[in-house]
Amino acid sequence: MNKIFPEKAALAADMKNNPLLRAELRKQKIGASIRYVILVFFGLVMLYPLFWMFSAAFKPNHEIFSSLSLWPKEFSFDGFINGWKTGTEYTFGRFFINTLYYVVPKVILTVISSVIVAYGFARFEIPFKKFWFVTLVATILLPTSVLLIPQYLMFREMGMLDSYLPLYLPMAFATQGFFVFMLIQFLRGLPTDMEEAAQIDGCNSYQLLWYIVVPMLKPAIISVALFQFMWSVNDFLGPLIYISSVEKYPIALALKLSIDVTEGTQWNEILAMASIAIVPSIVVFLIAQNYFVEGISSGGVKG
Amino acid sequence: MYENHRLGLLYISPYIIGLLLFTAFPFLSSLIISFTDYDLINPPEYIGLDNYRYMMEDETFYQSMWVTFAYVFLTIPLKLAFALFIAFVLNFKLRGIKFFRTAYYIPSILGSSVAIAVLWRAIFSLDGLLNNFLGIFGVEAISWLGEPVFAMFSVTLLRVWQFGSAMVIFLAALQSVPQSQYEAALIDGASKWQMFTKITIPLITPVIFFNFIMQTTQAFQEFTAPYVITGGGPAKSTYLFSLYIYETAFKYFDLGYGSALAWVLFVAVAIFTAISFKSSKYWVFYSGDKGGK
Repeated sequence: MNKIFPEKAALAADMKNNPLLRAELRKQKIGASIRYVILVFFGLVMLYPLFWMFSAAFKPNHEIFSSLSLWPKEFSFDGFINGWKTGTEYTFGRFFINTLYYVVPKVILTVISSVIVAYGFARFEIPFKKFWFVTLVATILLPTSVLLIPQYLMFREMGMLDSYLPLYLPMAFATQGFFVFMLIQFLRGLPTDMEEAAQIDGCNSYQLLWYIVVPMLKPAIISVALFQFMWSVNDFLGPLIYISSVEKYPIALALKLSIDVTEGTQWNEILAMASIAIVPSIVVFLIAQNYFVEGISSGGVKG
Repeated sequence: MYENHRLGLLYISPYIIGLLLFTAFPFLSSLIISFTDYDLINPPEYIGLDNYRYMMEDETFYQSMWVTFAYVFLTIPLKLAFALFIAFVLNFKLRGIKFFRTAYYIPSILGSSVAIAVLWRAIFSLDGLLNNFLGIFGVEAISWLGEPVFAMFSVTLLRVWQFGSAMVIFLAALQSVPQSQYEAALIDGASKWQMFTKITIPLITPVIFFNFIMQTTQAFQEFTAPYVITGGGPAKSTYLFSLYIYETAFKYFDLGYGSALAWVLFVAVAIFTAISFKSSKYWVFYSGDKGGK
């Protein structure tokens, strides 16, 4: 009994005795438990393969498929040690750095070009603006395989094969319409009074962009950078077409090579390297997950 | 906002250059290349419609087209239905909702990587994880990647596994459905199921449509998963169209035929997208609509 608030206690007692209310409360409790059961069940089913991969990386090869346990009976770092050496004359670290060689420029160029173009679209009158905007949306839906062969021939003419340039150069021209679109949507939702005030104070449009728009766009810019980072790290077809010498291989190609070479027998090595390959993405995601969720829910995202 | 045409053009000029150089020009070139015989060594030779004529009798073309559509029609409904289902379960005042959202979202961040495709091979190979698991129940080892139907299933499952991004979009849409609508329905004596089908679904049709379009455009272009997991086999049962284009152009160096294939895929996707947009008039309700709902 609650002695300080007798009314409250009486109310609680009343609620306990009210059969209708009790039934409703019970129904809600059951509903919530069912939801938890569903969420936990599917969550485990979905994440089990990932956990299994991490644990398999620490297992000796003969144990990997002989038990479903997530805890290695016998801890072994052979997978990491031998996997890191790779079957080539380079270590896996080399392939890691190679990946950064094009992912970093790709992210930076995408952000800069997309912001500039989105600013133009969102804040200026432009001749045939509607037409340009339609092309922007159309490029988002265009299957890229129809561009692949001529682009390859272009970069071949320019002598850029087996370099990282074909992978990031197009990003300098806001070629991923999706990001431009996302930034335009974000900019349209922002009030323009700050910009107008600054304009009256004599700021020109570059100053407006740099000192007012970019700071306000910051969350959207971070979202763009993060998505571009994830997609570029995961990209496989691009490097597969353009990078031919092993010394320039990124992670994606190195993993494919290792599974081809071992014919899928040295699973501990392969799974150890696959685990290492996804660690950066997981860390970045866990640190910045709110930007992903916001970026995705405001503009909508593929993936 | 600013009526300076020249300045506006200057700002979007990178886009216009990129559009011409890296999209429009390659787009039209590939059409032209598709009328040639080109192997990178000898100069391209004009052969008219021969590539397309050959395609009409190319069994691999039909197989690949069929498999691609099967893949799209298998993955998209499964993925979207599952994404909506989990979003619906999550759309409740639950503790730890953020944790679950994160857990469900992780696969769609990683899913398209080679690392995960490699993991998939470890799961579905003959002595792999799945067969080990089924072995506990006395099920004999199934050749998941060796039987056409199962191979398709394995590859499909990888895409369904990545339902997280669609789910987050659904969840945001569900949360924006006004509570008053449900209360009004409750007073009218509507059941839970009626509320879901008559209120929730119609109100989120724009988001369903958005997810549908984005997911199908990507599914038509799937490459990494079948290439790494099955290599397109067995018996070309997972030989998706982008694999066929890639191998024709970059393995057999038949760039003319590869371009012709790419153009056919483009036309097929364009028709599919056009039909989707046309049909959306009948089932997508935008809140500004008069009458609708």
